[in-house]
Amino acid sequence: MSVRVCADPDEAMAGIEDGSTVLVGGFGMAGMPVELIDALIRQGATELTVVSNNAGNGDTGLAALLDKGRVRRIVCSFPRQSDSWVFDRLYREGRIELEVVPQGTLAERLRAAGAGIGAFYSPTGAGTPLAEGKETREIAGRTHVLEYPIKGDVALIGAHRADRMGNLVYRRTARNFGPVMATAATTVVAQVHEIVDIGALDPEAVVTPSIYVDRVVRAVSAA
Amino acid sequence: MNPTPPPHPVVEHLDRGPLTKHEMAARVARDIPHGSYVNLGIGQPTLVADHLPDGAGVVLHTENGMLNMGPAAQEGEIDPDLTNAGKIPVTELPGAAYFHHADSFAMMRGGHLDICVLGAFQVSAAGDLANWHTGAPDAIPAVGGAMDLAIGAKRVFVMMSLFTRDGAPKLVPECTYPLTGLRCVDRVYTDFATFQVGSGGATVLETFGISFADLAERLDGPLSRR
Repeated sequence: MSVRVCADPDEAMAGIEDGSTVLVGGFGMAGMPVELIDALIRQGATELTVVSNNAGNGDTGLAALLDKGRVRRIVCSFPRQSDSWVFDRLYREGRIELEVVPQGTLAERLRAAGAGIGAFYSPTGAGTPLAEGKETREIAGRTHVLEYPIKGDVALIGAHRADRMGNLVYRRTARNFGPVMATAATTVVAQVHEIVDIGALDPEAVVTPSIYVDRVVRAVSAA
Repeated sequence: MNPTPPPHPVVEHLDRGPLTKHEMAARVARDIPHGSYVNLGIGQPTLVADHLPDGAGVVLHTENGMLNMGPAAQEGEIDPDLTNAGKIPVTELPGAAYFHHADSFAMMRGGHLDICVLGAFQVSAAGDLANWHTGAPDAIPAVGGAMDLAIGAKRVFVMMSLFTRDGAPKLVPECTYPLTGLRCVDRVYTDFATFQVGSGGATVLETFGISFADLAERLDGPLSRR
């Protein structure tokens, strides 16, 4: 299905249901789709499971979504940061569930979901508390841990440019989780700095092909 | 991991005190071969970059998705789209490449990085690493890329102070903190000594401001000299 170029972030949040699993791109603020998260707050979906590398910074974006009590469970690699006070408080009050996943395993579980892989064995985490209760297998003399895909109902990602087909290019390290999350959700929404005409992106440079992308919206803050 | 070196006496540097953080970083940098692909962990290991000689040809990997990362960005160079794994603004060097997270960690897990330098709470003589969680009941667990880094690189160097503030050794017979990786560390660079660790146990390569005998006295468990 072809991409919908949305007039604003609110239009891009249409139909996101309570209880959804929402993949949120970004590593710190790089690639963080702040305007989409703000729109999701306005949209009102609650009881969400959020999958993101971190658990919010400061009081805006993901932290604001958490603060509104919309997130029941978060799956991330590094929740604790110097400015993660919103998450820290909710966690200590027992108001949010946390699944900590090694960063590379998080990325690969998302990749597996997008690539139709049923599960995979990884040496990461073997023999550590994060492998407790997981199936393991010795492969080539090394212990591997069985890991399952993480599939999203929705992915909210930040990219640099989109064309009107939905092809995406990223900028520098803001690429981070965007390309894998774009493959791993039923509905993929990209916030971009610029939307260009079909043919204006170099096909050799497209990182996320249009097939993965459902909605694009230009960030209001983009100059 | 490495071929056993021929028997060789421990080099005891007794005419000086223990290494400072920058001296430790310089010591680690000396062991990074020309042209290596290297990941420097967040915190102290980042200092190693300042001690790589010009022309060392070392390519730095940052796990958020870049090879040939440059130094920290100065005022006027800061780009919010260009940070290191510690979310500090950095710069790119000519020949840099960007890639997404799954590729970045595949690069690591797949054994393509030559060396990774990490900090640690504890390292065991057999090379087990504990560096992600103190295990304190009220601590919020956060692992980031620590477990992927620990098992991925061809060689894992740890850089840490040898003792806690209370004087307890951080090189231990068995880690008591929650583990990051099993049998994954090759070398431990500390202020008082450099160690080889692994299946053969802990071997002292050199000491700084302490004799081998005094060092052995302060550590638990057997210590061999090379």
